[in-house]
Amino acid sequence: MTVANNSKVKILVGKPGLDGHDVGAKVVVRALMDAGFEVIYTGLRKTPSEIAQQALDEKVDVIGLSSLAGSHLPYCKKLKGLIDQYGLKEKLWLIGGCVPKKDHAELKKIGLDGIFPNGSKLEDIIVYIEKYAKMKEDA
Amino acid sequence: MDGSSSDLKEVVNESGIEIRPLYGPEDVEESGGIEFIGDPGSYPFTRGIHKEMYRKRPWTMRQYAGFGNPVDTNKRFKYLIENGQTGLNVAFDLATQTGLDSDNVLAEGEVGRVGMAIDSLRDMEIAFDGIDLEKITVSLTINGSAAILIGMYLAMAEKKGYDVSKLRGTAQNDILKEFVGRGTWIFPVEPSIKLVGDTIEYCAHNAPKYSPVSVCGYHIRESGCNPAEEIAYAFCIAKAYADEVKARGLDIDEFAGRLSYNLNIFGNLFEQVAKFRAGRGLWAKIIKEEYDAKDPRSMWLRMIAGGGGGGLTFEQPEVNIVRGAYYALISALSGTQTMALCSYDEAYTIPTEYSARISLRTMQLLMEETGLCDTVDPMAGSYYMETLTNQMRDKMEEIMTDVDVQGGVVEMIKKGELQAKVSGQAYQMQKDIDSGAFPKVGVNCYRVEEEEEHEVEFHPYNTKDAELQIESLKEIRASRDQVAVDKCLAQLKADAEAGKNVMPAIVEAVKAYVTVGEMTDTMVEIYGRYEEPIVF
Repeated sequence: MTVANNSKVKILVGKPGLDGHDVGAKVVVRALMDAGFEVIYTGLRKTPSEIAQQALDEKVDVIGLSSLAGSHLPYCKKLKGLIDQYGLKEKLWLIGGCVPKKDHAELKKIGLDGIFPNGSKLEDIIVYIEKYAKMKEDA
Repeated sequence: MDGSSSDLKEVVNESGIEIRPLYGPEDVEESGGIEFIGDPGSYPFTRGIHKEMYRKRPWTMRQYAGFGNPVDTNKRFKYLIENGQTGLNVAFDLATQTGLDSDNVLAEGEVGRVGMAIDSLRDMEIAFDGIDLEKITVSLTINGSAAILIGMYLAMAEKKGYDVSKLRGTAQNDILKEFVGRGTWIFPVEPSIKLVGDTIEYCAHNAPKYSPVSVCGYHIRESGCNPAEEIAYAFCIAKAYADEVKARGLDIDEFAGRLSYNLNIFGNLFEQVAKFRAGRGLWAKIIKEEYDAKDPRSMWLRMIAGGGGGGLTFEQPEVNIVRGAYYALISALSGTQTMALCSYDEAYTIPTEYSARISLRTMQLLMEETGLCDTVDPMAGSYYMETLTNQMRDKMEEIMTDVDVQGGVVEMIKKGELQAKVSGQAYQMQKDIDSGAFPKVGVNCYRVEEEEEHEVEFHPYNTKDAELQIESLKEIRASRDQVAVDKCLAQLKADAEAGKNVMPAIVEAVKAYVTVGEMTDTMVEIYGRYEEPIVF
């Protein structure tokens, strides 16, 4: 996919919960912008309903969360209910950060599409979005 | 000395200083000579703030710890003390750090997760039960809600019979850096600085041995700035607090001696050691020349210098034990007062008992087996070290001037400019790591494919502890004197509204078992809440 196509993909990068570690989220935002995507960064301390509402209002194609303080499972469970309720099920849903392998199966079960733990390359995230964004919507 | 050779690859350190293959006396001269080096224990303190340093008293070891409820944390504190730790560094959970009570809906799933939950004075009493606060100095890692937690700590100590006017200890309480990295802000920038001023002023009058602020270059470095910037930005922030307190009529010598620093270590060994030596000299000069301090203690750059999580890797986590050992070595070579290390499982979880003990043993091994405590500032006199120290100091001064030109650190933070600059650098670093231009062992070289995760034991999160904490909070609310609570909150609100120092009202409220959330909400009514500028 070319940069021109990427510009048609809109991504929300959100910081869930009270976690203040935003280095990774901001780095990913910059990388996605450089790759040509349209990116919205939520800022810190967003509740599940704030993230879902913003995803709905901004008509994004991808919802990405950055979590480093360990509360990803309870948070994603809450967000899942809202995603269904707001009709956002077909959006590509990603998470990155301090997300240990032992939780990946459960996150997939909740409905996460892509998981990018610490140590993932920026390129991996970009390629994944290029490949799968809109695919769920088109399907 | 011309050590250059055309076929060698150019080396530039992270701070942007070109490194030559060889240094000699001419390089030291050319960089400014040794005038600004002096002797340990005297101005400008480049070689250390004490004459005899570790020969007289080795560094304090203070691992960051806290989780679950105050009962759990009290146990961990006692474990660390039994294992030879000489200070405590308290981790609070994110609810406490952002001024929320444990039963707040926003705190769901966060209570006790990354630190200890504190709602009221009773929790503080439990957390420090059976710990001698004269022998063990306590550092509170708290920022947004620091005024409240400092008040709580002092009230707890008073209740246990300590003389608060002699009590030692530290609070992090550096809110400006929270806007740049770490993110536990509550109030907007201006009232946040005012609150830091309140704590410094209150402690200067009531708890003069207590260090109310530990200015952190650490987290700005974690957020992406380079080592010279780390010190320069920390100094700009410290000056903002000093200006706030001076404007209230306090003399610099009444409070500067109780300001301390929290600084980061990862990366190039020589650059780090030079950074600390240069920083000590520059801080002394700033306080003496710009603030007209007379007391040499006001000029001391006292610090906790710890191995930073930013240098540790998710890949091959056990190799982080080795990284941590080098960071501790750097810290000792740099003349730190207090040392801490991020544990090897930092990229995965908060430390388990096992990983915390390895960090502690790393520092103890350095102290007992390697001769690092025998001689003060052992790196001094190296042509390379002295040249680099001069160059790093020049670099820091340049950066500070640049901040002034851009309107000062407070303005830059308000507009989100400093945040954007630092995150841009973090992005560049990530690209350099991804491409291999910046080597990280186990990440972009010497990798093990098919990494297994079983080497790391996870610190368990116990939802039962959170439930117990909420029960205990409800009990406190039901059993306290509600008339006194209302009166205290009304006083706090009135003082905040009148622009008075709110610390006396906070201390009274704490004693009436008013909670962290109740006091925070009351102050939010007057000060408002911070809104983060999103700038890229």
